[in-house]
Order: sequence, then C-alpha cells, then structure tokens
Amino acid sequence: MKVGLFIPCYVDQLYPDVAMATVEVLERFGIEVEFPTAQTCCGQPMANSGCTGDTRPLAEAFLRIFGAYDYVVCPSGSCVSMVRNHYEEYFHENPAFETLKKRTFELCEFLVDVLQVKNIAGSFPHNVGLHQSCHGLRELHLGPPTELMNRGTPNKVKQLLEGLDGIKFMPLTRPDECCGFGGTFAVAEEAVSCMMGQDRLDDHEKAGTQVLTAADMSCLMHLEGLLRRRGKKVAVMHVAQILAGRAPDFGVPATGGAR
Amino acid sequence: MNARDQILAKLRKRTLPIPALPSHDGPWITYADKVTQFSTVLSTVGGHAVRVDSQSEALSHLAQLPVMSKARRVVSLLSGVDQANVDLKTVSDPHTLEDVDVTIVKGQFGVAENGAVWITDDTSAHRASLFICQHLVILLPIADLIDNMHQAYERIGAFGPGFGVFVSGPSKTADIEQSLVIGAHGARSATLYLLQNDR
Amino acid sequence: MSHPSHQPHSGDHPKAASAFIADQERAQWHDKALWFIREKRDRAAASLPEWETLREHAAAIKAHTIANLPQYLEQFEANAQRMGVKVHWASNAVEHNKIVLGILQQHNVKKVVKSKSMLTEECHLNPYLEQNGIEVIDTDLGERIVQMREEPPSHIVLPAIHLKKQDVGDTFHKHLGTNAGADDPQYLTEAARGHLREKFMAGHAGITGVNFAVAESGGIVVCTNEGNADLGVALPPVHIACMGIEKLIPRAADLGVFVRLLARSATGQPITTYTSHFHGPRPGCELHIVLVDNGRSEVRESDDFRLSLNCIRCGACMNTCPVYRRSGGHSYGSTVPGPIGSILAPALDPEKHKSLPFACSLCGSCTDVCPVKIDLHHQLLTFRRELALKNLIPLTKRISMKLLSFVLMRPWMFSLGGKLMRMIVPKLPRMFIYNGMNAWGKQRELPPMPPQSFRELYSIRKHVAAHNRPNTLKGNTQ
Repeated sequence: MKVGLFIPCYVDQLYPDVAMATVEVLERFGIEVEFPTAQTCCGQPMANSGCTGDTRPLAEAFLRIFGAYDYVVCPSGSCVSMVRNHYEEYFHENPAFETLKKRTFELCEFLVDVLQVKNIAGSFPHNVGLHQSCHGLRELHLGPPTELMNRGTPNKVKQLLEGLDGIKFMPLTRPDECCGFGGTFAVAEEAVSCMMGQDRLDDHEKAGTQVLTAADMSCLMHLEGLLRRRGKKVAVMHVAQILAGRAPDFGVPATGGAR
Repeated sequence: MNARDQILAKLRKRTLPIPALPSHDGPWITYADKVTQFSTVLSTVGGHAVRVDSQSEALSHLAQLPVMSKARRVVSLLSGVDQANVDLKTVSDPHTLEDVDVTIVKGQFGVAENGAVWITDDTSAHRASLFICQHLVILLPIADLIDNMHQAYERIGAFGPGFGVFVSGPSKTADIEQSLVIGAHGARSATLYLLQNDR
Repeated sequence: MSHPSHQPHSGDHPKAASAFIADQERAQWHDKALWFIREKRDRAAASLPEWETLREHAAAIKAHTIANLPQYLEQFEANAQRMGVKVHWASNAVEHNKIVLGILQQHNVKKVVKSKSMLTEECHLNPYLEQNGIEVIDTDLGERIVQMREEPPSHIVLPAIHLKKQDVGDTFHKHLGTNAGADDPQYLTEAARGHLREKFMAGHAGITGVNFAVAESGGIVVCTNEGNADLGVALPPVHIACMGIEKLIPRAADLGVFVRLLARSATGQPITTYTSHFHGPRPGCELHIVLVDNGRSEVRESDDFRLSLNCIRCGACMNTCPVYRRSGGHSYGSTVPGPIGSILAPALDPEKHKSLPFACSLCGSCTDVCPVKIDLHHQLLTFRRELALKNLIPLTKRISMKLLSFVLMRPWMFSLGGKLMRMIVPKLPRMFIYNGMNAWGKQRELPPMPPQSFRELYSIRKHVAAHNRPNTLKGNTQ
C-alpha cells in the first residue's frame, strides 16, 4: 500500500517535527510513505473566508497530486474534513474525486480504522490534557461529542494514547469545548478567540495538565501562543509526536514543546 | 393580488421534492412504575403528588392543607366538592375570578415522562380559573397514567373546537439570574392527588 | 440606566464582542450561566434513550412540511376557519403590524398584554403599536424586565440572561418601587407578579406567539413556564396569535415529537409548565391568527438554507455556542442572535449583518444540539460564500485571499515565502512583530520559527536514506 503524506501548510513551515513524527509512526507499521512535494495547502483559509473561487484551484491541485495513492494520510482533522466534506462543490460527482475522498484519512482514524491498530506500545508517564479538536471530533467522528447522545462510540485518539505506559488523562470540566482558533476567526474575532483559548487552558491548569495534546496542530498553535505569552511551562505536543516516542519538553518555549 | 395569494404563489413557484413523513412508531420510553416516575418528575418541577384511595380521601386531605384553610374563594371544575364556593355557572366575566385562591380540577390523564396532566375546558368556558388561581389542585386516577407524549396524543385523538392544556407543576420562572422561583404568574403551587380508585 | 454593552450593536460583531469581554468578570459569569443550561439540556437528552431518534423524526417532519408548505397552509387555514378563527396573511413585517393594529383598533383596544413572540420582535410590533397610542406590556418576566430597561431581549428563551439580579433589582426599584438594593429573586418575582396581574386584569386584548400550528386540526400550541400567555388570553375577549409560516406541522400526533424535544432542548426541563392547545376562540370571543412570510418563502427557495426553516426557536444553539456565551445576544444586533440568528438575519439583510456568519469558530456543537437537525455550522460557512459573491467581504480580505491562493498554487513561492519568514522573524525586535497591527500577537506569542521546514527535512532524510541504502545500481556499476 502506498500512502501519500498530506501535511498542513503551516505544519510544513512551522511545526516540521509533527510531520516527521507522522512519517515515523506510519513507517513503524510498515507503511511506505511518500510526500509529494507539489502539495502546499488544502485551501481552508480561503474557503473559510467565503472565497471559494480562490479555493477551487487548490482543490483541483489536490486531486492531481494525491489521486494516484492508495491512501492519503494527514495529521489534521480540519484539513481532512475540508477534503471529505467541503470539496464537493468543486468536483460534482467526479469519480476520481469520489474515490480519493474515500481514501483520505486523518492519522488517528487511519491507524484505528484502516490499520486496525488497537494501542501503540511505548512509555509516556505524564499528566496529559487531551484537547478534542472540533473538526476531528464532530466532522470526522474521531470520538463521541458530549452533546450527542450516541452512546458508546469510541474515541480513536484516546484509544491510541491509552496504551502508553504511565499515561494519565486529566479530567476536564468541559471535555470538548472549542479552543477558539477557528482559522481567520482567531484574528477577526480576537477577543472571543483568546477568551475561549484561555478558558480551555484554565480548565487544563486546574485539572493538572502537564502535556497538552491534540490531533490538530492549529488548536495547539493557538493554545501554545497563549501559554507562552503567560510564561507557562506546559509542554505542547501533537498526538503524532507522542505516538512517535518523543519526550515532552517542559519550559523551553522556542522549540515548540518537543525534543 | 392580496397577501394570501402572493404568498401561496411564491411558495408554488417551484415544486420541491417532498421527503416522506415519518410514522409515529417508536420505540418510545415506557416505565415499569408510572406512579413513581410521574411523582418524581412532578416534585422536581415544584409540584406535589399525594397518593390516596379515592376522591373523598383526596378532598379530606385537601381540607387539612394550609392553602385550603386560608382560602376564601374556591372554584371546583368537578362536582361533589363541598369546599367550592364559586358557582361558575353564574360567572359571566372571567375577570371576577381574580381573587380565586384555589381551583380544583380533575385531570383527564397524566404523563409519566414529564409529570404533566391533560386538562380540557369542556366542563367550563372559564379556563381562566386554571391560571388565575393562587393554588391548583388536580385529581387524577392512577389508571389514567400513561408513559409518554406519543401515547398522550393518541389518546386525545382528533381535536375538536375547545381548549386543552398539559399542566406540569406550578407556574415558575428562572428569568432573574437563573434562580428558580415557583409561582410566576399562574398558580403558586400544584397539588396532585393520585387516586387509587376512579372516584 | 442600562449598561452600554447591553445596547444592541448592528453590523460589527467583533467590536461588540470585544466590549462585552472587556468586562471580564461579567463575561465569565455570562458564559458559565449559559453553559449550565447546556448541561441541563445534556442531562435531559441523556434521560431518553430515543433522543437521537426523536431528532431524526423532528427533522423529517419539518423537512416534509416546509417542502409541502402551501398545501399545509391552506389546510390549516380551512380547519381554523371552520372553528371560527379569523386567519390573516402578511407578506412582511409592515403588513403584519398593520393587520394587528387593524384588529386592535376595530375593538377599541388601548391596552395589550403580550406573551413571548420572536415573530413580533422581528416585526418590531411594540414600537409600532405604541406610536399608534396602544400600550403594550410584555408579560414574560424576562421580557418585561428588558422592556422596562428599554433594551431588546438578548436570548430568545431567556430574554434577561445578560442581567444580574442587582440589575433587575435596580430596574424594579425604579419602575415598581421595590426596595432600593433589594435583589432577592423571590422578592422581585413577587413584585412582578403583582404588577403584571394588574396588567392582565386591565388588558383589552392578548397577543401571543405560536410554538406549533397543526394543519390537520387548525389549532395552535403555545408553551410557557409562567402561565403568562394563558392568563393574557383567558381574560380579554380578543386573542391575536402571530406566527411565521414555517411554524406548521402536519398532524396533531407530530406534537408528540416536538413537545418532547422543545423544553428539553431549551432549558433541560421535560416539558414547559403549560402547553396550551387552542382550537377556535373562547365562546363569545375572537381568535385571530396572523400568518407571516417576511422572507421565509425566499429562504425556502434556497437549497443551501431551506433547512434553517426547521427552527423551533428553542435556543439550544445559543446555549452551546462558545462565541454567543462570550459575547452576549446584543452583540449580534439581530432579533434572533447566536448560530441560527447568524443565518436568519443576514438572509433578510446581508449588508447589515455581514459580520455574523464570521462570528463563528465552526466548532459544530450547534448542529449537534439542534433538535430539528439544522446543519447550522455548514450553513454559516456556506453563507460566507454568499457574502463573498455579493461583494460583502472586506476588500483587504478578498485581496489577501487572492494573494494567498496565488502563492499556494506555486510550491516554489510558498517554500521561498516560508523560508524568508522563518529567517527574518526571529531576527526582528519584538516591537516590530508585536504591535497594534498584529491581532494575533495581542494576547498570543507567534509560533516558533524553525530553521527548516518539513519538506526540507524530508528531502534531506530521503537523500540520507538513499545514500545509506545498499542499492543495485551501485552493484551494477561493477
């Protein structure tokens, strides 16, 4: 099976280790991973601004770049949701796109649903605050949202982390409230965005979180920005980095939280 | 073209595909012990359920309640209530019911899922007495308890002209800083007698 | 005097939200108050194993009804008229107001008592009637409070949720003569009860909204906890019920689904205290029903936004919305705020309400709590496209998106731009980066700027692996 690695634009430029960790995790399961260098971005910033005309070329490029792979895997729920749920208007029942849609996965769901991974072996004896990124949770159904009454559906992100020795999940008062990043919302509605983020962080702080993690780096970018401004030493790691065996880096802001 | 024709024409401009209407089949919740469920829910919404054998036992119990001993004007929408001293047949203007302290009424049936009782005004045109009183007393045979609202509407069947209301507990509001206050504009208390026997 | 942040702002949600949040303590309190209601809703929903099935039924019934609306409207009208109800039709708010005034004038009505009706708010009925010499008293306690304060409601179910009991105490002291500084809710409610009783007794006509109108029977259903709607129409001889045309449901039995969903979604109660079914007028009295379009038929035309007509005005979307909770209903500048309001208001007036679809982080929680399964967060996103097509997105944003798209379509330019950013930013003094022009940087640090991008690291890794791999090519050169 040949897997095309799809890396969010800002992860490529600003959080390269998250992408590298993703490669390592996939390779650990014997997956042949390829990063087609023609890729840049799924187009979400434009689409979320209503500029679907500016999104179209990127959607069409995505099909060209990734159409031939058996699977496309991405360490981001929002980018995958963009492709699976919001590219429809650019393709209108194009059979190549319909096929690609079914093959495009976020990392955790790929591991659990396609590779049938139950747990991942390793050690992570830390107090972990798991932030449930909204797109992954509600659009890709990576877990059961607290407001939905579908009992018993598994949380794929948590399932993968649970197997690590010593890991402890800190109990939050609002387990799946939005962090407030929301794309351009983070800037356009800066006051609300930061209040939402700070409320999440206060919840984590009261709960005893030492390592903040999520399956979407955009949430973490926003939350980390708030943490570092206040000089907090909570380590911030993407789930891929934890699964790849990285150790948390407490108190060294410049590296973004992982060694 | 008048507004009616304009609106209907607008709505008919395009024929939309019409999705199917679902049936009313459940499965909908049922309760092994309807009495307990009903009473529990009623008390969480500020009402008070009392189990008695018969209507006469209910009325003797009622006579002991402080609201009754202090009541000067009592309306009863069922017959055989000695305490009632307002003859609704002589009332032509519901405004004159302003000072009614207690209204006693028989419920047609009660719904376990939400502590509500269905009351219609086929006994009296003066539905105001249900809302204007300070205290509401409802008598309901236990045999008339059902599980849920789907059964309720099945039981009501086709609506004819008239008024019907589901009443669940006393009137209330939480509009002032979310503090629950019982007794907003309607009844300050709702006492429900669950009758073992029909009368 | 009402707090400045309690006045409605139109057209600029971010600015209004910012003002709301500036009072940090109050914003936190408001957020927690509404979250508490969301939690009550969760408990009520969890108590019914069939909750998600009920939502599916409700959504299907509404979708069917809206698609078949003209037939159901005619059926409703015929059945209502058969029982002596007078049915009126209004294409828009102005017509609605004229019709209501006409009925009132016909009966020499000078004093009206009105229970909660978002439709009458939408049509701005109160000021219109007052201009025509008619006293209108809003009898829902929350609405009466904001009416005294000359503010609009900030939530469609909990009109005074933005007020603390001290605020209500001050208002009642001013208007009802309650003790200065007294803020006990019981005491204040008792004062309101007495005051409103006088109004109920003196009313010449009662106006209500309509929660559900049943086509099959010609009846209407009104749900309250206070009993104010019932008291308001049980005394005077005239009852006027105002409703949007989308409030219809086909069969009486459908009420089983909606009555079970409404209060649980709105406040976490199993049912409102009173669920009143009106079929025909009281003997010797009149019942008028005013059917109002006011843009609904246009929304119905749109495949993208038709589902928004499913709305039963429960407010669950507001209670769960992290943005609404932290900015307050007034910040939306619309009759209906929150997620559903951010679709309905711009549908009526896109220019005025263009900031609303962007007052959303697209978290999707609203869609999950909506009892009639409106795809709220998807419609909010789609509406942004509508605004872009109408040229209602700010020019700076349109240009920057075009520029961004241009760069992203050229991987070499994207890589170069990223590299320059990562090289330059770490060298700039803080005040160059963190200043008034950098909205991100107001309360957040920028992400760290790594020396190499992933694609650079990956390329190196590939070359190293290729170099280290024993390969046949090397062997073959022998």
